[in-house]
Amino acid sequence: MIKPMIKPLRLILGFAAALLTGAPAFAYTIYVTNEKGNSVTVIDSETWEVTGTYDVGQRPRGITISPDGKELYICTSDEDLVEVYDPVSMKMLHTLPSGPDPELFVLHPSGNPLYIANEDDNLVTVVDVKTHTVLAEIPVGVEPEGMAVSPDGLVVINTSETTNMAHFINAETFEIFQNVLVDNRPRFAEFTSDGSLLFVSAEIGGTVSVIDPSNGEILHKVSFEEPGIPPEALQPVGVRVTQDGKHIFVALGPANRVAVIDGESFEVIEYLLVGQRVWQMAFTPDEKYLITTNGNSNDVSVIDVAELEVILSIPVGEQPWGVVVSPE
Amino acid sequence: MLRMVAIAAALVAWAGAVASAQEITIKAAVLRIETERPLPLSRLDLPPDDEAFAGARVATADNATTGTFLGHVYETLEADATPEDAILALDELEAQGARFIVVTGPAETILALADHAAGRDLLLFNASAPDDRLRNDDCRPNLFHTAPSRAMLADGMAQYLVWKKWTDWLLIHGSHAPDIAKAEAYRRAAARFGAEIEGELVFEDTGGSRVSDSGHVLVQRQVPVFMQEAPDHEVVVVADESQVFGAYIPYRTWEPRPVAGDAGLVARTWHWSWEGYGSTQVQRRFEKDAGRYMNDVDYQVWLALRSVGEAVTRLSSADVQAVRDYIRSDAFELSGFKGVALSYRPWNNQLRHGVLLADGQLVVTVAPLDEFLHQHTRLDTLGYDQPDSTCSF
Repeated sequence: MIKPMIKPLRLILGFAAALLTGAPAFAYTIYVTNEKGNSVTVIDSETWEVTGTYDVGQRPRGITISPDGKELYICTSDEDLVEVYDPVSMKMLHTLPSGPDPELFVLHPSGNPLYIANEDDNLVTVVDVKTHTVLAEIPVGVEPEGMAVSPDGLVVINTSETTNMAHFINAETFEIFQNVLVDNRPRFAEFTSDGSLLFVSAEIGGTVSVIDPSNGEILHKVSFEEPGIPPEALQPVGVRVTQDGKHIFVALGPANRVAVIDGESFEVIEYLLVGQRVWQMAFTPDEKYLITTNGNSNDVSVIDVAELEVILSIPVGEQPWGVVVSPE
Repeated sequence: MLRMVAIAAALVAWAGAVASAQEITIKAAVLRIETERPLPLSRLDLPPDDEAFAGARVATADNATTGTFLGHVYETLEADATPEDAILALDELEAQGARFIVVTGPAETILALADHAAGRDLLLFNASAPDDRLRNDDCRPNLFHTAPSRAMLADGMAQYLVWKKWTDWLLIHGSHAPDIAKAEAYRRAAARFGAEIEGELVFEDTGGSRVSDSGHVLVQRQVPVFMQEAPDHEVVVVADESQVFGAYIPYRTWEPRPVAGDAGLVARTWHWSWEGYGSTQVQRRFEKDAGRYMNDVDYQVWLALRSVGEAVTRLSSADVQAVRDYIRSDAFELSGFKGVALSYRPWNNQLRHGVLLADGQLVVTVAPLDEFLHQHTRLDTLGYDQPDSTCSF
């Protein structure tokens, strides 16, 4: 309803950003799930224009794309399915069984299988994306949510929000071999690109645990503090690490900030103001930009990774939740 | 009548679940003190037979799932007693090994149980009594409260009404002691948050049948007349914990006014429609297990047993003193699906709550509202804050 007012502003900003960035960047396609809008917004990373909005199943949340860029996977939570789309035509190709209420998932680095957290049943469901069959259901702690796979593809991580653990699962045998107790409501897990560190955010605990995956030891706990923001509003959710491991970006939910953490000292070096209730984030593959979903302001923010600056916000659909960027 | 049932938490031997060497058994109990409760006005409000126990079963299963990874085994006993044989029931539960006792029932019995348990290896949780005196002059060091106090609920309601700028209140309260106490909580809340009580009416409970065939005919004539002489007001605030008349007020007021309090918009800790902050999952777990919606008492029992579970998980010990100290410490944090960590106020052992304000169908808002600030935590804008507390352990 307020879109007509916002649109001209977006065009101006988009134009300014294109001027600012100057040097030709690769054009990627950005896909944003709108949890309440039941849609996916598609954005071009060169022009920062919304190129389309596509209806998908009910309550789309987690979103990921195959390494070859040919299949876009969307957790449609209220359909109890994973919907698979052609990322170019945005036509649905087929669905995958997911177990009830899928929220977040992670694709094996090889592109198969898909590991899905089923919050209702204390399970991680493993789905073969080629044969569309369930390979395994792995019992984990209460309310599983965060999912990650180690870069070598050998270890799957699941975080359980009421058990407050990161479960380490053997990616081949599907057996848990290690559990690490973290702070309250762990939402997200992310490895460094060399697999030497694992970051787990705890939304209610207000911390990010830095874990040595080889022995499950918590090496460091990052906490957050920003003047003028009530401590209980600093709620870490999404975590992304640069390829070189130098910067860790943490979305702080209702604090409307993304914290930037130094990869060596684990100190927060910057708080970037983004939109409201920021949860998930994704880098462009060249790592020039980080896109954040702001659920309560119905927009995404674009962060210039080198400058550590928010350069743009782009209106999307209602309550944006997840974001993924095409490989090329 | 004393009845006891033991439920052992289902222990699934999960392949791959790594249990540490240190096996601990945590034995808790839920003790329901049964008093005669009047029938509610609406048959939708009839208390379920498994109230409190159903919440305990889900909490025990949740604790046990986490326990599987740590070698912790959770067991919860279930017992019913009258106020007269409550002490006997507590002794029996203790003899059976229960150390963490969650009690639902009237304040005086809970207080007697806490005094009886003093100096023994027991920790008590009050999961139902809202009486502020249990958090003030009659507080006890071995008694924790997962039930909200009347002051907390009234403050939560007052914040929203003031936020809406509905600051001129007509207060109607019942004639029973809990209703009079609730009215006092609303007077305190009005003064704290800047509302005016323009007038007060008392609804005398004269007994008689609650429901009669075609009774609505009489009610729709009586209620407006009862409110006819009231001074100007913007909202009607009802204090009717006894549920004698509150449900009769909405839509029958003399002036067209919204109704809040114990009817209309109600302040509570849980609501069957609540899906915020990941609560859908616990709602579904509960509904699958109990075959009905979770209510406030179930949730408050769940919080009590989860508090114990959280402490045992972090401490790797079920020692009663160690659990008590941990629960009262700054380190303790519990997620209760309210978007912030819940913890206990060390000055009176009251669990800090986010208060839901809900009508019959949906949650309208959650208190504390963002606009009400506090130097430590906004949750302490609800109820008796440290400087107001008359509790000393």
